Amino acid sequence: MSKSDPQSIYENIKREARLRVESRQEKPLIMVGTATCGVAAGAMQVKEDFAREIDDKGLDAEVIEVGCIGHCYAEPLAIIAKPGFPPVCYGNLDDGLVHRLVEDFLAGDDPSYEYAMAALERNDEFPTFEDFPRGVYEEKLILEHCGYADFSKIESYVARDGYSALAKALSEDPKLVLEEVKEANLRGRGGAGFPAGKKWEACLNNGKDEIYVICNGDEGDPGAFMDRSVLESDPHLVLEGMILCAYAVGAKQGYLYIRAEYPRAVEHVRKAIEQARTKGFLGSSILGTNFSFDLEVFQGSGAFICGEATALVNSMEGRTGMPESRPPRLVQQGFRGKPTVLNNVKTFAYVPLIINKGAEWFKSIGTPESPGTAVFSLVGKINNTGLVEVPMGTTLRQLIEEVGDGLPEGSQFKAVQIGGPSGGCLPESALDVPIDFDSLHEAGAIMGSGGLVVMDQEDCMVAVARFFLEFTQNESCGKCTFCRLGTKHMLDILTDITRGEGDLETLEHLKELSEDVRDGSLCNLGRTAPNPVLTTLRYFYDEYKAHVEEGRCPALVCRDLILYYIKPAKCSKLCNVCVGSCPTEAIYTRDDGLKAIDQEKCVKCDNCRKACPTEYDAVLRLSPPVLPGEKERKAK
Amino acid sequence: MQLLKGEKEEILACVKEVLGENSKTHENLIPILQQVQKKLGYLPALAMDKIAEGLKVPAVDIFSLVTFYNQFRLNPPGKHEIKVCMGTACYMTGGDITLESFERRMGINEGETSLDRHYSLDRVACVGCCTLAPVAVIDDEVEGKVTPTRVDGIMLALEEDREDNAIEKSGPKVGAEDE
Repeated sequence: MSKSDPQSIYENIKREARLRVESRQEKPLIMVGTATCGVAAGAMQVKEDFAREIDDKGLDAEVIEVGCIGHCYAEPLAIIAKPGFPPVCYGNLDDGLVHRLVEDFLAGDDPSYEYAMAALERNDEFPTFEDFPRGVYEEKLILEHCGYADFSKIESYVARDGYSALAKALSEDPKLVLEEVKEANLRGRGGAGFPAGKKWEACLNNGKDEIYVICNGDEGDPGAFMDRSVLESDPHLVLEGMILCAYAVGAKQGYLYIRAEYPRAVEHVRKAIEQARTKGFLGSSILGTNFSFDLEVFQGSGAFICGEATALVNSMEGRTGMPESRPPRLVQQGFRGKPTVLNNVKTFAYVPLIINKGAEWFKSIGTPESPGTAVFSLVGKINNTGLVEVPMGTTLRQLIEEVGDGLPEGSQFKAVQIGGPSGGCLPESALDVPIDFDSLHEAGAIMGSGGLVVMDQEDCMVAVARFFLEFTQNESCGKCTFCRLGTKHMLDILTDITRGEGDLETLEHLKELSEDVRDGSLCNLGRTAPNPVLTTLRYFYDEYKAHVEEGRCPALVCRDLILYYIKPAKCSKLCNVCVGSCPTEAIYTRDDGLKAIDQEKCVKCDNCRKACPTEYDAVLRLSPPVLPGEKERKAK
Repeated sequence: MQLLKGEKEEILACVKEVLGENSKTHENLIPILQQVQKKLGYLPALAMDKIAEGLKVPAVDIFSLVTFYNQFRLNPPGKHEIKVCMGTACYMTGGDITLESFERRMGINEGETSLDRHYSLDRVACVGCCTLAPVAVIDDEVEGKVTPTRVDGIMLALEEDREDNAIEKSGPKVGAEDE
């Protein structure tokens, strides 16, 4: 082997990186999770607290920022790695706990296990995350290092064999990369599940002169943040995947399209690109070969439709992001009219793993039709909100009850919304559906990009359907009549229903219109926009019926169909809490000292109900909105 | 929105600078608009006209882009920018109530800036902090669990800031000029 072949160049870089990483491991290392979610929960303050306490004590320890480990319910989080101890993760940190940890663990030798969440390595003293109930189901492939490694340094990626897949591929024929990805049956993680290998091959066959590789990081679903986490916490994994793809198809230039709302992701990726160039993983003659490829970040400007492939390309070319009819497909005629490979962030992230471990390994995880894992962001009425990665084929029930640790006390499962605004709401009876591209489609939902929202008895399905439709209606680009006007009419009908207006015929109209919008739209935004409406009509028809026939919202959500009422029998003369809590001064004290609500002034903000002490629990919501007195009057 | 004194010159200088730094191709249009907005905080009509002139494209094309993408704003941000999250989790825990409370207290609607430019109020799709829902972003600081009571607290702090200001700079800003 000569000194200039990619493998030996890579080995040299890795040796150097290992030395650097090891030299840092000699002193205690505090890793604070500072992805967007962590920062919002106060991670920056925690980081400062650690630095100050360590400084005060004159200790020799380093505080660094890492990404998201996915246990968002316990933010802010930090991992302390002290030589001689297993690395331990602590959650819900505040200044008091930080003080204590620095004093007891860093200055002393007591890891304060009573405050720890889990250890990160197997040991005899404390359980690890794998011992959690969710650990049984979770299988982390692309999230493996998210939150455990320093995203800001390329050494930490290279030291754990990062870019070794690239070095391996570069020593071989580009066709082998393509064959491996095709053999692995890697399906696109953007939602539709189109096999990535087939896409690459088509592009390779079309590419005469120029080919572009674009990474779709325009994650626009409200309630989904998987792509953001990967880009923020492990940017090099995505870059390596893109470089491998470029090698396979022969591209020279690539772009990462990242949405404007993710400034931290943009910053981390830009930095990673810079580092990769310096080390020779990007740029001209990568690792000493004659393969050249470079990457740039393109910042999206906030349009949900730009997640659609042709709209994204239009947006990159400086136009409004409107989709085009296909064919020609992007692999024939994409960015600047040239063949273009466009894949989701997660799709690219799997590629280095497949090249390193082989297609057979990848196929051994998940189901035969959908191999690999699925990444979900769990939100809503669930105990362990956060980011999870499970093998395809796991059922929704396992995901919610085991991985997410079920619903909070007092919550009763009603529905799970999967796939964002384009997905559907599935009821209890559909919970045993295995998660893969095809089964979910049959149930009326879609895999989507992986947002999963759990709802309980206090969520109104009509209001939820209306919320998602309002979102898609707003984001409709206006090209197709059915999507532009149809969704508007659907929204009007749904708004009427939440006000109790309409009848059973209205529901029929809504269903017909939904089907027309689905069939009459060009792109997937229009084609899937009716999904939340259609699935709720299918599974929760009774709830719609209660709205239009009885003027009643069973979940007590729709504000035109409820009123707030203070039950005199429960109210106390000694308490004044609700009066102060009311933002519109609608609550007054009656002559007998009990409180009552002036319905004219009430804005139904729920503040008084939250404020009322649990021992009284006197504020009630009534639906249909009729006061007890009125009922009697009407009866007479 | 009327331009204040000196703003016209500022806008012209900014557009000139950004156009000078970028090659004037259609592909660069969105990055140019992003950079101008980053500097000015919004895209005034004057800036859009000048960019159109610079890139030799019809002004209506620029306007169509700016109104298509959510990121671009046509009115100046207030001294305090309040954004209320309207993601799924926030909506389900009463994000609309939070937004309404802000509207009521500020006397402006979502998407507007108060006439004295002290506040601006917007909605954002999802800031990805679903565990803290309902969420509002106050001048880049994320506030979790924003109930109407919390809204009043936030407003109190922001109003105090206005009073401090009034003492520092005596006399109201005048000299608004028409564009």
